[in-house]
Amino acid sequence: MTARLEPGEAGFGRDVAAIAGRAIRGVAREPETWVPLLVIPVFFLAVNVGALQDVAARISPGLDFKGFQLPVAIVFAVTGMSRAPALVTDIQDGYFDRLTITPVSRAALLLGLMAADLVALIGLTVPVLALGHLIGVRFATGIAGMAVFVAIAGLWGLVFTGFPYAIALRTGNPAAVTAGLLLFFPFAFLTTTFVPADVLTGWMATVADYNPVTYLLAALRSLILEGWDAGDLLRGLAAVLGVGIVSMSLALAALRGRLSPR
Amino acid sequence: MAGPQIVLEALTRRYGRQTAVDAVDLAVAPGEIYGFLGPNGAGKTTVVRVLCTLLLPSGGTARVAGYDVVTHRKEVRLRIGVALQDVALDPQQTGRELLALQGRLYGMRGRQVARRIEELGLLVDLDGALDRRIGTFSGGMQRRLDLAAALVHGPEVLFLDEPTAGLDPAARLRVWEEIRRMSIAGVTVFLTTQDLEEAEVLAGRVGIIHRGRMVAEGAPADLRRSLGADVVTVKVDDGGRARLALEAMEGLSAVGGEGDEVRFSTDDGASLVGPISVHLDRHGVTVREVSVRTPTLGDVFLRATGARIESEGGA
Repeated sequence: MTARLEPGEAGFGRDVAAIAGRAIRGVAREPETWVPLLVIPVFFLAVNVGALQDVAARISPGLDFKGFQLPVAIVFAVTGMSRAPALVTDIQDGYFDRLTITPVSRAALLLGLMAADLVALIGLTVPVLALGHLIGVRFATGIAGMAVFVAIAGLWGLVFTGFPYAIALRTGNPAAVTAGLLLFFPFAFLTTTFVPADVLTGWMATVADYNPVTYLLAALRSLILEGWDAGDLLRGLAAVLGVGIVSMSLALAALRGRLSPR
Repeated sequence: MAGPQIVLEALTRRYGRQTAVDAVDLAVAPGEIYGFLGPNGAGKTTVVRVLCTLLLPSGGTARVAGYDVVTHRKEVRLRIGVALQDVALDPQQTGRELLALQGRLYGMRGRQVARRIEELGLLVDLDGALDRRIGTFSGGMQRRLDLAAALVHGPEVLFLDEPTAGLDPAARLRVWEEIRRMSIAGVTVFLTTQDLEEAEVLAGRVGIIHRGRMVAEGAPADLRRSLGADVVTVKVDDGGRARLALEAMEGLSAVGGEGDEVRFSTDDGASLVGPISVHLDRHGVTVREVSVRTPTLGDVFLRATGARIESEGGA
């Protein structure tokens, strides 16, 4: 029955697709991993708009506060969602060893998960955008702007996954991965989350200047509130790519460490 | 004639100051089934993990399918199949998804993967369950699926760690049959097991590792013969005193035993039953039972390691 087969390497693209396929099925079968991530932005959008709209109108007359807050909700939705907890489970259960014994491309073990994350992240933006539409948010840049909005938000979510993956690969410890998500808070709150940059003062203004999310939010808001603004978009992309260089370097270094036979 | 498929030369592995594997030499021929035995913590798993490219040796060399496990890891990985003792499965995947993923990572595609999954489903008797989530599988089903995953790509060298643990007798026989069939087809099988019957039935040779060192190696029948024709087991009221008394008796060679049970090997057990009883009586030891039987692999294991293997069930 056991015919002699001739196994070979599948190739990088097929390896990524195979690993991503499993991860995407995992996302679909474990809604508990992403449903809370959907609740948080919806909750914040409702609370922020409900509680701060009138205050914002006094501070920045004419500001479309719903359009101002939708990017915050999107950033909350896509920051921190990853398969890193599942990767830790794989490491602890020995499934990761099962994969590493195969001739799979080493980088595909990480990039396959990230490819699945990107699909999931883009999926997460859809209901938040729909809610925004429902409460009256409209894009000054139209459908094309909405697509760019989703792409930038997805890219941000993707580069942020590098941090939990780095922690997962370095430690193999679920508690460490959970603790690593605390990174979300300075990124998400020490910035223009609630009010425009020109209203921030003191240390908060200084920190926000150095926080890449400030430029990400400015890029996303420009698509809703202002129209096509190359400067805002390029600064936003540069901020995302800067974080990506750091996070991906950490994740790939951790992957190399994990895969080096000791 | 092709060279050995597995070669270890002075293989050593240390964890800090502790030496888990100490200068182990062994060679396994193509198509051979090699039983690798040892008490818990003896170094079996470390050897297997080095051979599977999961651990680096601290010294010596190891080659699998003609390739060094350190310098040619990718070539080794293409040629091995591995079913480790701790079954690593994703409860959210279906059996079919697991096998398909495994096949794809070895470069198999579409129909080839589907055909192979059908073959393996029949082989391990899971053909009706492959579309169920693995989380719903019993322990035995998971072990059979793990075995199937190790076979997906038709490996040249197969590392099996307790491949039939948890299987019912019928499934166990089918797995044994498939292991034999693979061996006949030229697949080399490195079988780590605590099941001495499995080693006896399947393995052409066995190696026993104890505290990181190889302490016995050979065909099961040769190893048994090395103990003599018979094993005499004596149950007494004072095992320590009986051991001392019998060690001085001519024609007996200590095998082991625990507590009030003492085992010796000899070339003619039947003729020594009477003299042993008299000898012990003279030394103030009360004999409760004396039995004579031919040596087993368990006796070889006991003499080599001083430990009973768990599957003996305390016998």
